Amino acid sequence: MSSTTQSIGAPSRRLVFSKANFRRRKIVNGIMLSLTGVLTVVALIPLFWIIAYVIYKGWQFISFAFFTQMPRPLGMVGGGIKPSIEGTIVLTTLACLFAIPPGILAAFFVAYKPNTPLGIAVRFGTDVLSGVPSIIIGIFGYALIVKPQGHYSALAGGVALAILMLPIIIRTTEEMVKLVPQNLREGSLALGSPEWKTALSVTFPAALNGIITGILLGIARASGETAPLLFTSLGSSNYSIERIVQVGLATHQNIFQIFLNIVEEPCDSLPLTLYKYSQMPYPELVSQAWAVALILMILVLAINILSRLWVQARVARMQGR
Amino acid sequence: MDSNLKMTEEKPVSQSPIIMPLQPTLKETPPAAGREENLETKIEIRDFSLYYGKFKALGSVSMGVPSNMITAIIGPSGCGKSTLLRAVNRMNDLVPHVRTEGQVIMDGENIYAPNIDVVNLRRRVGMVFQRPNPFPKSIYDNVTYGPKLYGVGRKTDLDEIVEKALRQSALWEEVKDKLNQSGMALSGGQQQRLCIARALAVEPELILMDEPASALDPVATLKIEELMQSLKDIYTIIIVTHNMQQAARVSDFTAFMMIDSPQTRTGVLVEYGETNQIFTNPKLRQTEDYVTGRFG
Repeated sequence: MSSTTQSIGAPSRRLVFSKANFRRRKIVNGIMLSLTGVLTVVALIPLFWIIAYVIYKGWQFISFAFFTQMPRPLGMVGGGIKPSIEGTIVLTTLACLFAIPPGILAAFFVAYKPNTPLGIAVRFGTDVLSGVPSIIIGIFGYALIVKPQGHYSALAGGVALAILMLPIIIRTTEEMVKLVPQNLREGSLALGSPEWKTALSVTFPAALNGIITGILLGIARASGETAPLLFTSLGSSNYSIERIVQVGLATHQNIFQIFLNIVEEPCDSLPLTLYKYSQMPYPELVSQAWAVALILMILVLAINILSRLWVQARVARMQGR
Repeated sequence: MDSNLKMTEEKPVSQSPIIMPLQPTLKETPPAAGREENLETKIEIRDFSLYYGKFKALGSVSMGVPSNMITAIIGPSGCGKSTLLRAVNRMNDLVPHVRTEGQVIMDGENIYAPNIDVVNLRRRVGMVFQRPNPFPKSIYDNVTYGPKLYGVGRKTDLDEIVEKALRQSALWEEVKDKLNQSGMALSGGQQQRLCIARALAVEPELILMDEPASALDPVATLKIEELMQSLKDIYTIIIVTHNMQQAARVSDFTAFMMIDSPQTRTGVLVEYGETNQIFTNPKLRQTEDYVTGRFG
C-alpha cells in the first residue's frame, strides 16, 4: 500500500509514452494501413476486371434492335434476343409468384415459433435447400413438372427458380422479422391486438425494407441461373408473347387460356442464351453472347443498386427525415 | 428527505431468510390505513405467485391498488417488479412456460379466470413501456391503431379520439400541425407521450407504466410526471420505477419488493403502504435500508 503511494508520488522515467515507443507505433501503424489498402485494391481487381472486360467485349453489339428483334437464322449477321428478355421476365415473375408468399409466411412462422418441431424442420430444410446445387433443383423440376406433362415449359422453369429463391427469401425475412424490436410487438399486443394482427400491421411493415431486399437478392440470384433451366424451360429461340397472344385472340381464347399458353411453352432466358451462344462456332453469336453477358450483369447490378436506394429512401421516410 | 428519517435500531428484523411481507390485512381496504377518504379498490392481487418453468418469480403477492391513485412499485433489479406489473394485463402470457397461482381481481372479476377475454382485458388495462415504442407509422396512425382494432372506422370519430388522447397526454400543441409525420421523428420524451396517448385512445381504466421515464432526460421526465398527476383524476395508475425520488414525488402508495433469498430469487412484497409512510417511517428494516440507499 505504502509503496504504491510512493511510486505514484515520485517522478520517474516515462515508460509508456516514451519517444521511441511512439515512433515505433507510428511506423507499424503506417505499414498496417498501407497493407490493408493494397489488399483491398487486390480484392477489388477481379470485380472491376470482369465488369470492364464484359463491357469492352459486349457494348458494341448492344443496340435498340438487339432488344426488340427475334434471332436471325444461323450464319446471318444481326438479329436480337427478344425471346430471352421476354422469357426472363416470365420466368422471374413466375418464380416470384411461387416463392414470395410461402417464403414470407414460412419466415414469420420460423421467427415466431423457432423451437417447435415444425420451426426447427423448416429452418433445417432452408439451410439444406440453400446448399443444394442448382442443377439438382433443375432435375427436380424436370421430374415434378416436365416429365408428367410431357413437355418443357416456362412454368417448370419458374418453379425451379422459385425453389432456388425460397431459402434466400426465408432466411432474410426471418432475420428481418427478428430484428423488429420486441417492444414494438409488445406495444401492439398490450393494446389488445391479436398476434396475427400485430404481425400483419406492425411487424410486417417494420420489417418490409429487409424483406424487399431479400426478395430482390433472390431475384438477382434466380435471374442469373442457367442450370435449373436446362431441364425445365429448355430454351426456345422463337418464344414470343406477342405471337402467343395474337394466336390466342385469333382463336377466341380467354385471358386465362392465353396466360396458360404463355407459361406452358418452353422459353429462353438471358443466362440460357448466353450459355448456348457462347458454345456456337459462329463468331457473330459469340459476340452476341458477350452482349447478353453485359445485359445480364447490368440487370443484376441495377437490381442490387435500386433495392439499396429504395430501402434508404424508405428508412429515411420512416424516421421522418 | 433523509433528514426526516429516524434511524432507530428497534425496527423488527425478520430472522428467517424468507421475508414475511408486512402489509395491511385484506379485510380492511388494503392501503387505506390512516386515510380519511374512502378508497375504492381497482385491482386486488390475492396470494399471487408466478412461475417461469420451475423458477418461482413471484411468491404470494397480495396487495390492493386503489382507484384514481398512483401506486408505485419499487425495489432492486430482478425482484419481480415488472413481472408483477405485467401480471395485471397478462403480458406474461407471451412468455412460454408461464404458470400462475392465486388471483388478480379487477372490479370483482378474476382476470386469470378461464372465461376472461385477454383482448378486452388489455383494452381496459393500458401499458406504457420503458423505452418509447411508437409504431413506425404516422402520429395519427399510432393513436388510432387501438381504436381501429376495436372497430372505430369513421374519420370524424377517429379525429376526435386523436385530439382527445393527444390533449390528455399533453402532446397536442406540439404535434397538431404534423399528425401525418412519422412518430419515430419525435424526440424521446414526445415519443413516450405519444405512447401514452396511444394507450389512452382505447379508453382504458388502468394504466401500467414500466419505468416510463428511465430512458428520458430530466425535462422530459418532469413532463411525464406532471402528466401522470393530471391523468390520475380519470385513470388508475401503477408505475414501476427504479428511481426512488420519482416514486416519492409522484405516487400516493408505494409497494416495496425484494427477492426472498439469493438462492431462490423469488420476488416478494416486503412492505406496502402510503408513500409518505414508506419513505419517512418504514415499518421494516429492509424497506428503510432500501429507501435510504444503504442497499440496492
